[in-house]
Amino acid sequence: MAIEVQNLNVHIKDNHILKNINLTLPEKQITCIIGPSGCGKSTLLRTLNRLIDGTEGVRLDGKVLVDGQDIIGSGPEITELRRRIGLVSQRPCPLPMSIFDNVAYGCRINKMHKRHKALIYAVQKNLKAVGLWDEVRGRVRTPAARLSIGQQQRLCLARSLAVEPQYILADEATSALDPISSKTVEDLFVSLKNDYTIIMVTHTLRQALRIADNVVFMYLGEVVESGPAQQVFHHPQQELTQKYLSGAFS
Amino acid sequence: MLRGRIVKDKMAQGLMCLLTILSILFVLVMAVGLYLKSAPVLEGRSFVSLITSSEWKPMKGEFGFLPFIVGSLWVTFLAILIAFPISLLTAIYLTEYARPKVRKLVFPALDILAALPSVIYGVWGMLVIVPWISSHVAPHFMDFSSGYTVLAAGIVLGVMVLPLLVSLFIEVFSSVPIELREASLALGATRWQTAKKVVLRKTLAGMLAATVLAVSRAMGETIAVLMVCGCVIGIPKGVLEPCYPIPALIANNYGEMLSMPLYESALMFAALILFAVVLVFNLLSRIILYRIERKEA
Amino acid sequence: MKVNKSKRIEETLFKVLMWVAMAVVFGFVISVIWTVFSRGAKAMSWDMITKLPGGGFYIGKEGGFLNAIVGSLYIVGASTLIGLLISIPVVFYLNVYLKKDSRLAYVARLAFDVLFGMPSIVYGAFGFSIMIYFGLRTSLLGGIIVITLLIIPIFIRSMDEATRNFPRDILDASFSLGATRWETLKVVVRQIAPGIATATLLSIGRAIGDAASVMFTAGYTDSIPTSLSQPAATLPLAVFFQLSSPIPEVQDRAYAAALVLTVIVLLLSIGGRFITNRFSKNKL
Repeated sequence: MAIEVQNLNVHIKDNHILKNINLTLPEKQITCIIGPSGCGKSTLLRTLNRLIDGTEGVRLDGKVLVDGQDIIGSGPEITELRRRIGLVSQRPCPLPMSIFDNVAYGCRINKMHKRHKALIYAVQKNLKAVGLWDEVRGRVRTPAARLSIGQQQRLCLARSLAVEPQYILADEATSALDPISSKTVEDLFVSLKNDYTIIMVTHTLRQALRIADNVVFMYLGEVVESGPAQQVFHHPQQELTQKYLSGAFS
Repeated sequence: MLRGRIVKDKMAQGLMCLLTILSILFVLVMAVGLYLKSAPVLEGRSFVSLITSSEWKPMKGEFGFLPFIVGSLWVTFLAILIAFPISLLTAIYLTEYARPKVRKLVFPALDILAALPSVIYGVWGMLVIVPWISSHVAPHFMDFSSGYTVLAAGIVLGVMVLPLLVSLFIEVFSSVPIELREASLALGATRWQTAKKVVLRKTLAGMLAATVLAVSRAMGETIAVLMVCGCVIGIPKGVLEPCYPIPALIANNYGEMLSMPLYESALMFAALILFAVVLVFNLLSRIILYRIERKEA
Repeated sequence: MKVNKSKRIEETLFKVLMWVAMAVVFGFVISVIWTVFSRGAKAMSWDMITKLPGGGFYIGKEGGFLNAIVGSLYIVGASTLIGLLISIPVVFYLNVYLKKDSRLAYVARLAFDVLFGMPSIVYGAFGFSIMIYFGLRTSLLGGIIVITLLIIPIFIRSMDEATRNFPRDILDASFSLGATRWETLKVVVRQIAPGIATATLLSIGRAIGDAASVMFTAGYTDSIPTSLSQPAATLPLAVFFQLSSPIPEVQDRAYAAALVLTVIVLLLSIGGRFITNRFSKNKL
């Protein structure tokens, strides 16, 4: 139930974006990926659910084992992989439909609930899980775009949870939110780690410090250091990590 | 020196402003001109009776436009019926699936279709579509058909509006943000599911606008239709019958229109109908498309 | 796993349908081009493009359609020039003088889009009634005026598109050097030159292929016009009129004329694509 990255290299056209990545992302924990912008954090995340395939001129080498199965190459069923790995992106991105349909979207796509009642139940359950149910109760048929940004982001999380993934990828999921929504979403992630393996790209060291069980520090497309949060934050082995943590560069 | 330059600038501004306003006014001038020209035929005949009567006897001063209107509708409907699914699928492929290499191959082909003049499509229709209908399609349904039919005009027109429809669809689909597609893909949706449930859904208004634009283009197309429609006055009862759309009527009779009283006025009335339909359709769809474009920016 | 299967089948099915749709598009292109080239080549000869219609031309005797080629060139050449002279200032006014959210610019763009969508037969009918009003007969001048009106919206729309992506920094740079907006025109024109070239090729393509409007206004003649008041033949009408003849030799000439017209239009289209590609490459 863990993700194992072995000798992963990603090229986009002539650019070597990720260089020889080796990582273990342990299950049912929060792993935060930190590093200055442009270091390849997002690319790594997008490789894990193969959303990177949509990028023009991309080439993947190496292995990424999800539950022991290599997901690189054309063999594995990508849509099934993506169902198992949820994504919460930087900006909330509600689909052009109602709140209910947003959450139900993935279930319908994957034909998960045969009976309509089961679908309604699933939507409710996941809206409750992100604490949105009480706020939108009675107007779940209204367009999702009318929700506030913070609510939208929680909706997107509920939408991801509804397809029953085992992993959740979050790409700076709180950076577009106001401080209060940001805190709510952050707390949600902490509460979810009992059931899900969470991999988070974050732009704020403080956030990583608060919630990470493991930390991966990346710089210029390489993993400089990775390990338990305590160790990386308090006893970094690498000079680069020390510099980054002390704010020498950002 | 400086003053001269500023005066020059102001003068140029005035001139340009004038040119711009004149071009806007041109739409109005056209409307008024066509209306004045068609006024005589509207005298003593109501607008409704003109467009609902099917008596066409210019010598006797009877002008019923119904056969031509129905002919135009038939041909346009058929053209859109043919062009819509082909261009929709092509546009989806080009925006949602295609690698740049494929696009580089398809765009020039569409360019060529868009560039070919109407009369060339007419030649093609006469040499390929009409004989095909006459010898392969019609015999299944009737004893004899010359091939000059609603179907022939519909096919030729359909091919003619294809490039317009594809390029409009591509424009509309491109206005959907990539993040939206990725949100859908990340939930395990296939590309087609994403196209169907997110892209098409999000762009319904734009697709409608594009289609309306294509309809108005098809309605005004003249020479190609004229060459393959058969030009028999009468309300066509099926796609294998000849028809006589409005533009064909105008083009075919311009030579003799000065020889009969009211005939010129009647033909100008036909042009006015075309003008009005195209104006309304274009205004509607352009305003919708502008909105979409602005949202994107 | 079963779920996955239906999803995959739908995906494959529609992918196949899309391939079919594109194959159909290509099929149409190939069919049209092949038809015109194979029939036209059979009828083509040097005489066709170098000689005027001789005596008895319309019953199949010798001659060519030089009159139509020259007529088309006259009309297209003159209207392209006039069209450019009118369109460039308008495009410049829309993009440099007016603000981005200007009401006038919005209405003007809408008007040009409507004019762009107007069928050429309407232009023809309108032009014809104006000519009657002024007591003009079908003539080279009438053809030039109507074709000019027809291509101005095409010019403006495509140049406007090229100009709208124009980096405003360059304008600011010119203004900050103290240049008036009028003087900045030169800078803009130089910058969007490829856009103007593409627009011109596009407009020429439309102008040379349009039949419905010149039918009313330029008329048709067997000789080359020597003054603006004489009627002029055009290529599309040469195709159209000769094709309606029952005599095979005359029809052949229609096919030859169609071939000439198609070759011209294809060259213009390829030229336009070429410029656009070069242009966008330079931009990157």
